[in-house]
Amino acid sequence: MIATDTERELEFQAKIDRGEVIEPKDWMPERYRKQLIRMMSQHAHSEVVGMLPEGNWITRAPSLARKAILLAKVQDEGGHGLYIYSAAETLGIDRGEMIDQLHTGKAKYSSIFNYPTLNWADIGAIGWLVDGAAIVNQTALAKCSYGPYSRAMIRICKEENFHHKQGYQMLAYMMRGTKEQQEMAQDAMNRFWWPALMMFGPSDTDSPNSAELMRWKVKLHSNDDLRQRFIDRTVPQAEAIGLKIPDPKMKFNETTRHYEHGEIDWQEFKNVVSGNGPCNRERLRARVKADTDGKWVRDAAEAYAKKHMN
Amino acid sequence: MSESNIPTNQWKLWEVFTQKKSGLPHEHAGSLRAPDAEMALLNARDVYSRRNEAVSIWVVPSECMVSSTPEDVGSFFDPANDKLYRHPNFYKTPDGVKWTS
Repeated sequence: MIATDTERELEFQAKIDRGEVIEPKDWMPERYRKQLIRMMSQHAHSEVVGMLPEGNWITRAPSLARKAILLAKVQDEGGHGLYIYSAAETLGIDRGEMIDQLHTGKAKYSSIFNYPTLNWADIGAIGWLVDGAAIVNQTALAKCSYGPYSRAMIRICKEENFHHKQGYQMLAYMMRGTKEQQEMAQDAMNRFWWPALMMFGPSDTDSPNSAELMRWKVKLHSNDDLRQRFIDRTVPQAEAIGLKIPDPKMKFNETTRHYEHGEIDWQEFKNVVSGNGPCNRERLRARVKADTDGKWVRDAAEAYAKKHMN
Repeated sequence: MSESNIPTNQWKLWEVFTQKKSGLPHEHAGSLRAPDAEMALLNARDVYSRRNEAVSIWVVPSECMVSSTPEDVGSFFDPANDKLYRHPNFYKTPDGVKWTS
């Protein structure tokens, strides 16, 4: 007996409600597949584009140890992109197609990477704040209903913890250093704090996809809940090393046991998402150039493979 | 594992299996693309074992993988459903007999 799509959809929802995991060959609503492809490809692109602001500082790292750490971190980001691309390919989209969508501007990536890295402390701020926010998001995604995505997230979270901690340690050292070093760290904090909060996406009242994604357990928490979780764990870390949160309205509410924050500038967020951030064009140009310049390497590998097949 | 039906201009897809330490089974780690087996193995090391997560790696062309399908799961595994006598706890021993297994 052939089940109708409505019956299949009911069974699919029941499966998710029972806490079961969806695997690539299982039946899924077309919209579930589409939404996951959109989210996962955005996520993979973010990992890959995320290499650019940090790559900018590899040659200028202040010591060999910091250079080795940064290289390892950037290599991890490339690896994370590969895990997620291959997890997304299980949904029937080709990696080449996803990369093409990135290069033609059809697919988005996390807006945070459209901000420039102006000084060395920015590398610390990215590890601590940007990867810190990413961990909060990804820890939630590790429990999502799609098996390959969830498994990729578990792997990624382990590695992100190194990124997060090395960034914090770097800023902690700078805050114990000279006045100039302290100012540099605070400057990085001032520029990255708000964009890091925006990484969780629009407020729940303004997030069109949230309800559907939560019903399918692709998302398990709302944007605002995850943002709050990040703030609650990050503010005490900032205070511990003497960094100020650039938000005069930030205060701890003794009753709710949560920090309350000032208004986020959603106009800025929309502006950066729609392509007008400080580095949007530069990032895409760098990605396309890397792809074009690397073509001869791929061609050579292919020619070598063909030669040795016979 | 990819189920892609779209024609691809990408390298062949490979499934990667890693063994955490000797004595343990190889487990599916994920997949990747590579032009040949040698590159697939090198890429698998760089993508899935940057922190000594593996002591041994297998790479298999995804097109060579054969798997059961979720639609047939009921009838496919059905033969094992009514054979409780394959389990030791199906059998009772007389009172007073000590049985360690």
